[in-house]
Amino acid sequence: MVAERARVLNMVQAINEALDLALARDERVLVFGEDVGRLGGVFRVTEGLQAKHGEARVFDTPLAESGILGLAIGLAMGGMRPVAEIQFAGFLYPALDQILSHLGRWRHRSRGRVGLPVVVRAPYGGGVHTPEQHADSPEALLAHAPGVKVVIPSSPERAKGLLLAAIEDEDPVFFLEAIKLYRGSRAEVPEGYYTLPLGRARVVREGGAATLIGYGGMVEVMLEAAEVAAKEGVEVMVVDLETLVPLDEDTLLEAVRETGRAVVVYEAMRTGGFGAEVAARIAEGAIDYLQAPVVRVAGYDAPYPPFSAIEHHYRPSAKRVLAALRRVLTH
Amino acid sequence: MKPKVVQYLDKGEFPLGEGEALALYRAMRRARFFDEKAVTLQRQGRLGVYAPFMGQEAAQVGVALALGEKDFVVPSYRESALLLARGLPIHTLLLYWRAHPAGWRFPEGVRAVNPYIPIATQIPQAVGLALAGRYRGEDWVVATSIGDGGTSEGDFHEGLNFAAVFNAPVLFLVQNNGYAISVPRAKQMRVDYIARRAEGYGMPGVVVDGNDAVAVYLEAKKAVERARKGEGPTLLEALTYRLAPHTTSDDPSRYRTREEEETWRAKDPLLRFRRALEARGLWDEEREGELLAQLEEEFARELALADSVPEPRPEEIVEHVYAEMGPDQRRAWEALRQGRHVEEVW
Ligand SMILES: Cc1ncc(C[n+]2csc(CCOP(=O)(O)OP(=O)(O)O)c2C)c(N)n1
Repeated sequence: MVAERARVLNMVQAINEALDLALARDERVLVFGEDVGRLGGVFRVTEGLQAKHGEARVFDTPLAESGILGLAIGLAMGGMRPVAEIQFAGFLYPALDQILSHLGRWRHRSRGRVGLPVVVRAPYGGGVHTPEQHADSPEALLAHAPGVKVVIPSSPERAKGLLLAAIEDEDPVFFLEAIKLYRGSRAEVPEGYYTLPLGRARVVREGGAATLIGYGGMVEVMLEAAEVAAKEGVEVMVVDLETLVPLDEDTLLEAVRETGRAVVVYEAMRTGGFGAEVAARIAEGAIDYLQAPVVRVAGYDAPYPPFSAIEHHYRPSAKRVLAALRRVLTH
Repeated sequence: MKPKVVQYLDKGEFPLGEGEALALYRAMRRARFFDEKAVTLQRQGRLGVYAPFMGQEAAQVGVALALGEKDFVVPSYRESALLLARGLPIHTLLLYWRAHPAGWRFPEGVRAVNPYIPIATQIPQAVGLALAGRYRGEDWVVATSIGDGGTSEGDFHEGLNFAAVFNAPVLFLVQNNGYAISVPRAKQMRVDYIARRAEGYGMPGVVVDGNDAVAVYLEAKKAVERARKGEGPTLLEALTYRLAPHTTSDDPSRYRTREEEETWRAKDPLLRFRRALEARGLWDEEREGELLAQLEEEFARELALADSVPEPRPEEIVEHVYAEMGPDQRRAWEALRQGRHVEEVW
């Protein structure tokens, strides 16, 4: 369901609007985290929300990620719908105990009686010269935690609808926002309340020569590569996974079966990254259709470098996607 | 019962020898000089994101100068003054803030570890480093530093408890500058003084006027002596203020008032100390001028040194991940060295 009118917004504005609507619609929704109140968040995503909805519903927490996640779990147990912010995804690590030991386990360990409708928002990823540990992409760590969902939007209008769906969801959802897209992506965003379903991948560009698969900040990189390839007469399909957990395997496999060639793109470290999961699913479900090995384009097996002069070598670029494409096409 | 805030300058007391006093002032002046230059360089695009410490010189330099040669500092990102006073060369510090890999390799002999970005993780590590000294028959003391906001993290509490339990020779400096980015202390905790918490772990807690260099220095010296004698850790809370934004990408006008900033500007630790020196005939305009000329010259030399370091090589991204490169790093390294990416050379 999509509202009629639309304006051009960036991702910060779209997410802010979603939070505003959720707070207005459901009084159980709470927004909290470090610096989200008075300051409106270091990226201004929560700007104005405290002034509008009050300090009880939009509040600053002490500087303690494990505390934030633990608080969210308890609030959810008590019937609230917390939307917590972790200032940068690279600072989720102190909270991993709450996530791995508790957040994702409660429904299972209460045999379905206690679900935790928690949303955790966190900016992630590189491309904007942030200091050390501010550009981490920990989605694979989260995807490996049983019982949580992982959603990564790639545009403002998707972000708004997906976040509202995440807040309505009965299970814990990690909502990772690519820092590069915050102000770097603008699109028409419908006014008013609307949700977009979680757990669906999207074909964002059609093409028969090969399939590029990625999510979040990598979607625009894949589209750029597809554009260049098209100029050379090679039409490739681009798939935005959007929800990593639960993964829309049907759309993924169908897209790969159609082209027989696949390149998976992600900006985390290559080894054990989410792209490895995608490649494995393709091997399990579409091996008979493959005309070339699945190729990954990813970060290198090293910490994400804060070294501004060379950072761009780590984060996948359209040029690297094209090189991988060449490999699967010439195999 | 309120803890007493240790302070000397406002009471007109000055229990320091001339040598010590001048060393303290020079180090603070040098730190301020660096901070101002760094902010300017950042504005010119010649430095990355930078975390200024202006206003916190007394707290950092006071602790640094209270340490002995073999002691270590385990700092956080705002501790450039601590690092400078510990002997980190200016050009290395500039390269660090330039986000250049060469700024990550501190010279041999500088007893300081790289500043930490994740909050509070350094606290338990400092305890481990202190205990390592004991195992190795060395009597080094470790000074580690954290902000008021950082004391909310679990690691802070675990680290303090460990230090007390193992009687580790650690000085925990809390630079209570009143804010964790935008969150004021009163929203961070419901204790008036962080040093109060020390008692709960079983160690002494001391509150000092963090803008009084004499107070910080003398209290830090006591804590270091205690640690060295085997009497265990101390929590030293320095009440201070950062006169600048949280980082060069922050806008403090969103969360604090001009008036508040002005009140603290009047308590500028550098000016306060300088006035005390002048009152005792230990400093004057002429010496200040000489010092500034020296600092200017030193900085220019060090900046030129930093500028002469070549641009990082792309392959440095995968260097030093392991003692010996694994096959994945090796393959990437070869590609990057040829100016290519791994996808192109497979
Ligand atoms: C684990 C972790 N969480 C969040 C952040 C983001 N962050 C950087 S500095 C900061 C505030 C720190 O405040 P404080 O400890 O008082 O030190 P100050 O900056 O005032 O020196 C925050 C929240 C971080 N670096 N690490």
